[in-house]
Amino acid sequence: MKERLLELKEEALRKVEEAEDTKSLQDIRVSYLGKKGPITEMLRGMGKLSAEERPVIGQLANDVREEIANALDAKMKKLEDIALERRMAEETIDVTLPGRPVEVGGPHLLTSILEEIEDLFIGMGFEIKEGPEVETDYYNFEALNLPKGHPARDMQDSFYITEELLLRTHTSPVQARTMGAKDGSEPVKMICPGKVYRRDTDDATHSHQFTQVEGLLVDENVRMSDLKGVLNKFAKQMFGSDREIRLRPSFFPFTEPSVEMDISCKMCNGAGCSVCKGTGWIEILGAGMVHPNVLRMAGYDPETYSGFAFGMGPERIAMLKYGIDDIRHFYTNDIRFLKQYHKV
Amino acid sequence: MLVSLNWLKQYVDISDHEPNELAELITKTGIEVESVASIAENITGVVVGFVEACSPHPNADKLSVCQVNTGQETYQIVCGAPNIASGQKVAVALPDTTLPGNFKIKQTELRGVTSNGMICSLQELGVAEKDVPKAFVDGIFVFPDDVETGANACKLLNLDDVILELGLTPNRSDCLSMIGVAYEVAAILDQDFKPEAPRVSTKEESAADRIQVQVEDPEANPYYGAFVIDNINVAPSPLWMRNRLTAAGIRPINNVVDITNYVLLEYGQPLHAFDYDRFGSKEVVVLRAQDQETITTLDGQERTLNADHLLITNGKEPMALAGVMGGADTEVQEDTTTILLESAYFAPSIVRQSSKDHGLRSESSIRFEKGVDPNRVKQAGMKACELLQTYAGGQVIDGAAEFDHLDRSERTVQVELTHVNNRLGTHLQEDEIEHILRRLQFQFEKDGDLYTVSVPTRRGDIELFEDMLEEFARLHGYDQLPYTLPGGAAQAGGLTLYQQLKRNVKTYFEGAGLDETITYSLTTESRSDQLVSPDVRARGDHPVRLSMPMSEEHSHLRLSMLPEMLASLTYNVARKQHDLAYFELGSVFINDEATLSKQPYEQLRAAGAITGKWNSHDWQQENKPVDFFVVKGIIEGLEDLLDITLNYEQAKLPDMHPGRTAVISYKNETIGFVGQIHPNLQAELDLKETFVFDLNAEALIANYEKEETFQTIPRYPSVSRDIALVVDESAAASHIAATIFATGRPLIRDVRVFDVYQGEHLPEGKKSLAFNLLYLDPNRTLKDKEVEEAHQRILEAVKGEHQAELRS
Ligand SMILES: [Zn+2]
Repeated sequence: MKERLLELKEEALRKVEEAEDTKSLQDIRVSYLGKKGPITEMLRGMGKLSAEERPVIGQLANDVREEIANALDAKMKKLEDIALERRMAEETIDVTLPGRPVEVGGPHLLTSILEEIEDLFIGMGFEIKEGPEVETDYYNFEALNLPKGHPARDMQDSFYITEELLLRTHTSPVQARTMGAKDGSEPVKMICPGKVYRRDTDDATHSHQFTQVEGLLVDENVRMSDLKGVLNKFAKQMFGSDREIRLRPSFFPFTEPSVEMDISCKMCNGAGCSVCKGTGWIEILGAGMVHPNVLRMAGYDPETYSGFAFGMGPERIAMLKYGIDDIRHFYTNDIRFLKQYHKV
Repeated sequence: MLVSLNWLKQYVDISDHEPNELAELITKTGIEVESVASIAENITGVVVGFVEACSPHPNADKLSVCQVNTGQETYQIVCGAPNIASGQKVAVALPDTTLPGNFKIKQTELRGVTSNGMICSLQELGVAEKDVPKAFVDGIFVFPDDVETGANACKLLNLDDVILELGLTPNRSDCLSMIGVAYEVAAILDQDFKPEAPRVSTKEESAADRIQVQVEDPEANPYYGAFVIDNINVAPSPLWMRNRLTAAGIRPINNVVDITNYVLLEYGQPLHAFDYDRFGSKEVVVLRAQDQETITTLDGQERTLNADHLLITNGKEPMALAGVMGGADTEVQEDTTTILLESAYFAPSIVRQSSKDHGLRSESSIRFEKGVDPNRVKQAGMKACELLQTYAGGQVIDGAAEFDHLDRSERTVQVELTHVNNRLGTHLQEDEIEHILRRLQFQFEKDGDLYTVSVPTRRGDIELFEDMLEEFARLHGYDQLPYTLPGGAAQAGGLTLYQQLKRNVKTYFEGAGLDETITYSLTTESRSDQLVSPDVRARGDHPVRLSMPMSEEHSHLRLSMLPEMLASLTYNVARKQHDLAYFELGSVFINDEATLSKQPYEQLRAAGAITGKWNSHDWQQENKPVDFFVVKGIIEGLEDLLDITLNYEQAKLPDMHPGRTAVISYKNETIGFVGQIHPNLQAELDLKETFVFDLNAEALIANYEKEETFQTIPRYPSVSRDIALVVDESAAASHIAATIFATGRPLIRDVRVFDVYQGEHLPEGKKSLAFNLLYLDPNRTLKDKEVEEAHQRILEAVKGEHQAELRS
């Protein structure tokens, strides 16, 4: 019986070896290992064997079965692998063809700049405040130390609707409104972004509508050096850590002292070039310490409270940052312009 | 203000500073220098030549052949100027000289005659034509006889000067004079400066005997000084004075006019010279004009006046519009021999009004409007007398006839040192503060920590402690200011929920394939009232109009962003950009009053417009134009984003396609619309099929409720059933879905249309709608029987309400 078993094993292994598809492997499995197969048959006939032989042959028969089964599994796996390889070869595609388009739009460049500025100041603990674009003469001018007949009103000729209502010429009225709502005691730390309007004929550098971001901090013991520190932080984050800032005297009716802030020119690193008109500096924003009259009108005691304010034009910042030569680009909505700035 | 450095040198030592460096210092410390310009750069080789002989060119009518001596040699030069003559001293550019505009002078031959150089006009030397004295505009410049032959002509003409252009802010009108600039530069450079007092020798006679001064409105004219100068000889002014005027951008005219202008530049005090003999009386009366009174001013214009305007009269007739312009009748002329010189203080407001009403902004009116220095008014008059004496042969009558109610007192400002340091964030010491005050030439008294500062009247801008703070900050140097960060209670900055949602909505639209636009809020009258959403119209139907628009293009505030957005689509299509998907978040201005009495209601809205292809044609997909459901799908995505449910109803709106427009409502309130614009409007705008939407973003965002609870994930399976219903082709799918939903509750969770069919196998006028229904009970597995029962109820309900039949 032992010889017969070994013979069966040889025979089965040879057939497995020769098999070329899973079907023949299945047949081999049934014919050798099935209930009607020769090994099962032989195990049934074991009763004729002696007590010593029985376990030996039994063991051998099991080993043979296992060996055939393993060979079958191995061959099956091999054939499946080959089949999978073939299928995948057939499934091959040209990966260099373009993908299915996903059309994604993007923000307007001014929105990107505005949000960048907003996020910078939020990081420094500022809130964002918004207000109406049609303002009262009081909030647009009078509350900001610009009484009727003040010569500086000429500086920003405005679009009036009625004698008392106009399109705001700056976002400062939002500051006046915010301060006014605080009863002269709580601190204010805010920026106000938004659209503003001035009587300018639209050309490469003027626009009757543009955007502004103004900031205001009012608290006890606010120092001018705080203004310098905050603006420096802003400038370095917005324009690069290698930029220097410079403050120089200026004039605004709602601040005193008033300054303008320049940053060192990126093009020439301060050496002077055509972009900075040879000065090495580029004007970025106006700022100053809140005028005591403005504080007083909003209900704050200028002896106890002080503050600083600043204002900048995102169009100008965008034009400097990207070398845009005409402010009208921001409002023409030429798709070729809009798409250029979707990655900023 | 144009500042000649050659002139400034007379007051302050600037020799240690290159012009650009000086400009930088002034900019950093005081006033922005807008430009630094040389009058004529690097011209060498232009000398004074004496025309020894001048004869007509043998072969050319308009040319002359001159023999010009330059001190060393005599050159033959051909000249085309009509005013050339022998005996003149002229500016000669010798061969190898380069004139402005890179014009090289060479030896040349003109019609057969050799020419060794060029006799120059001022324009050829780089002087702007408007600054050239009239006598020399059409020819060469002729020097006065007393200049030395062979001398450097550029130097004599001040062409080596450098001009700083100061960008003066409204508060720094003190620098509208050379003396003011000198005080400022002296403070910056830490130098001493005192203007010299005018020196006049006078005739014994008293001015008061020759003229009387009477002022009827002391508030408008607190000081009027009248000087009388006899024996005047009107002639060209000296070259140096003409040079300085030219450098300041003022054209030299004659010695009398030039001297008043020169003093205006030096002192910042406008003067006016009347011809005394033509004045018509011996009294000056200053008063407000009568209504409808007229005066003919120096420029020949007749001007109609009213009581807002101050006049200088001779007691009967107006002689000048105070502070703005003189009258034509008393203008100084060639034959004038006696001058009545006015030096006055006119109140800023009255001059501003006059200058505005008559559209006359002159060097004089600008200075009066800002307020001249009360302590310099009379000085300036005396300085003019000195110059008239020296350069116009004048004999000055002693004193001035005056009306004087002028306050010349100095303001005082109290400054506490600790307060200065607290406000600036500095640690300035007493000696530093005092040093700055001395540089400014401000007198002060000290009491412990407290300084009482007397502010000179020339600095009218300084009234408050904060104004002094600025002086300390700028002269100490803004670059010396430390960098600190604000103390105070920490506040967490951040976006409000509303602001965050606004950003989320924008980001959503961008993700959905739309590009953000920013259009103008001001639009035309017709656009302001076009494509206005019904909810906006219901709230206020009057577009807001500007009282004085600059153009009809931007005359009204928008009620909808769509018209301007569509205009930008047209703009792009005209530039061959056909596939566009735009959105904008912005305010519209809703007004319910015929005449505006309060601020309009500004509502945040979201609008969009899409035209052209939505799917582009490429190797794997068909080209597909945008359609209604693309746009509606975008709005439905917004519903998901904000977790809201909107309702869409067929609607007919002006300028919209009557069959492809839906009004959108939220919680039974209209909040916007979506649809295709009317084919007529499309044609008018040169657009293909274009779909738009306009939503009240404010309402949607404001109603947002942040999800703050956890909903259990259902553990039991849902059951999905499909039904196909045959209905009238006009039936609204959403209405049937609503019936299904209402009837199937609470087991039904979702109803979705997955097929719409019309055509073969269906009766005429019918369509089939296939719905997928989802049943779910979160607490148990549903039994087939209860689903079946619900299903039957639904079938009955849709049959009853919509005459829907189950499609077999
Ligand atoms: Zn540069």
